[in-house]
Amino acid sequence: MNIDKNKLNWIYKKLFTIRFFEERIKKIAKEKSVPGYLHTCIGSEAICVGVMSALSDDDWISSTYRNHGHAIAKNCELKQITSEIYGRSTGICKGRGGSMHISDFDKGMLGSFGIVAAGPPVVLGAALQEKINGGTKMSATFFGDGAIHNGAFHEAAGLAKLWDIPMLFVCENNGYAEATATDWHLNTKELKDIAKAYDMISYQGDGNNVFEVHQITRDAIIESKAKNTPIFLEFKNYRFSGQYEGDTQLYQPLEEIEEAKKNDPIKKSIEMASEYNFSSDEIKQIQTDVLNEVNEAFDFAETQPWPNPEDALEEVYVNYPKELLR
Amino acid sequence: MRELTVKEAINEALFESFENDENVILMGEDIAGGKGRENYPGTQDSWGGPFGVTQGLLTKFGPERVRDTTITEAGFFGAAVGAAMTGLRPIVELMYVDFAGVCFDQLMNQAAKMRYMFGGKQSVPMVVRTVVGAGFRAGSEHSQTLYSLYAHIPGLKVVAPYDAFDAKGLLLSAIKDDDPVIFMEHKRLYMTKCDVPEDMKAIPLGKGRIRRPGKDVTIIAIQRMNLFAEEAAQKISEENIDCEIIDPRTYSPLDEELIFESVRKTGRVIVIDESNPKCSLASEITSLISEKCFNDLKTAVIKITAPHTPIPFSPPMEDFYIPSTKKIIEAIKKVHNA
Ligand SMILES: Cc1ncc(C[n+]2csc(CCOP(=O)(O)OP(=O)(O)O)c2C)c(N)n1
Ligand SMILES: [Mg+2]
Repeated sequence: MNIDKNKLNWIYKKLFTIRFFEERIKKIAKEKSVPGYLHTCIGSEAICVGVMSALSDDDWISSTYRNHGHAIAKNCELKQITSEIYGRSTGICKGRGGSMHISDFDKGMLGSFGIVAAGPPVVLGAALQEKINGGTKMSATFFGDGAIHNGAFHEAAGLAKLWDIPMLFVCENNGYAEATATDWHLNTKELKDIAKAYDMISYQGDGNNVFEVHQITRDAIIESKAKNTPIFLEFKNYRFSGQYEGDTQLYQPLEEIEEAKKNDPIKKSIEMASEYNFSSDEIKQIQTDVLNEVNEAFDFAETQPWPNPEDALEEVYVNYPKELLR
Repeated sequence: MRELTVKEAINEALFESFENDENVILMGEDIAGGKGRENYPGTQDSWGGPFGVTQGLLTKFGPERVRDTTITEAGFFGAAVGAAMTGLRPIVELMYVDFAGVCFDQLMNQAAKMRYMFGGKQSVPMVVRTVVGAGFRAGSEHSQTLYSLYAHIPGLKVVAPYDAFDAKGLLLSAIKDDDPVIFMEHKRLYMTKCDVPEDMKAIPLGKGRIRRPGKDVTIIAIQRMNLFAEEAAQKISEENIDCEIIDPRTYSPLDEELIFESVRKTGRVIVIDESNPKCSLASEITSLISEKCFNDLKTAVIKITAPHTPIPFSPPMEDFYIPSTKKIIEAIKKVHNA
């Protein structure tokens, strides 16, 4: 597969940014220096970056409470993401969202939803808008192996097929929905077979291999647009993080975690660098730059001002008498 | 006497109910957790829900009665309705009350109306256990209370205990009750402790509780707001203002008489609810008082609620959102001096 040098640089930069960022989040979670729930995505880097590298900057996506990787790969400002997690006024959602809802509409993010499977119908709507208005933006919704059981996913999938909507249903199969293993709950042998119920095209790929994810997504976008049809993508990986920071993870057998480490997406991407004529010096340089950038973002966030308490009353509606909010 | 946390009290009530009635079953997401179909010793039942409230039930009572479900609230809530009508006593867990949207039909239109609509032949003895409340920095979609959304609906009963004693006693009742009951557990109260006797009896639904007797000002406090009400009452007692705190505990049916009795005595009333203000329990209780105790009131009732906004994440904004002890003290002074 040919990927130009700029894109390659971008891919490696984003992979390391997400990993370093989430490692730092894990650290501050232990120190309890940030409020609220933190859902990290260690193990998801190749899916976030692989899919986003095939999308354009202004394409639409939705994410979930596990959104840091999606936001970083969608080119949201790292400093603003961090500031949001710290609850500061310069955060990407002005401190109103927090870690669970990191999302920047200007970067094509429709939202990061705390309700499982809330994303697919919303993205369907954006894709419908593109179709009606003759737009060219692609639409992709990210969700997990747990979300595929939920009615909202099924209703969106059915409508997308019925209405010939080009869009991607991107399922990250990371082995767990909270504390419950994927295969405990799956009725089909393969997760992607769920798309058969809607006669929807589906593909499966190695979610630890950023280049495979990139290729599958790139091809799927072309096919989806050409055939005017939704496509379901399943990428398999492993959730190294707990459901949230502080989760005991006792339900994940240690042997299983050790085994999964062999396929760590970051490790794999470093091993594959030479295939793309990417030298280890180049990798090292990127790592150094990225680590600096991550550190700067956290230094920035820690020193940002808190919102005013009364800012809670802002932007509830587009138009509403302020005095009636109390 | 022994002390229990709210979490332990609920866990005990579940265990006892499972032991006393083999028709009791539990369904919910991650209520056990683990690898399921494959046999991985040690990983099963390691969670017991995100707050560990249901831990141990699967191990003790097995997967037939303790069902770790997929993320399908509409599916297993509806299943609870059907199972309840035909002989079981299902308890379903809605992990956070904020997720109500995905399964509300099964409660609002099915569970609540079955008996009425179909001529009174069937009943729906199910319990929905759910987690509510702000103050956890959990943001707009994991912090609501939505009490009034449920209390609004004829056919549903609504319970929201403050301490471990009430949590255990009321849950025992809720499970035995023949109507659908929404049992709301506040996430900020799970780890609070109080005395709970070994032979704890069921507490009847619809009976409120006077948490602090007093003669000057009536404070009606909903669930966690009892904590702030107590703090405020304590503080203001230094100024010789004697507050009575009423904890209704159940909101449908509501112990109206207990509230009115106190109002007749004091004539000065504050209602505290951490929910959004419009069409809330606070507005309901206030309107009942103005209707039934108009001549006893010495001054207008003061409602202390959250503003009409979603719940913000950032601590200064969330703290502004939640009623505070300071606001309650100001209100006490205001009604007292009026
Ligand atoms: C409607 C709804 N039900 C339950 C939850 C609680 N919950 C949050 S994440 C989650 C598991 C989701 O698993 P999966 O879709 O595999 O995503 P992952 O966390 O693995 O990325 C659950 C049950 C929720 N947020 N929304
Ligand atoms: Mg998952």
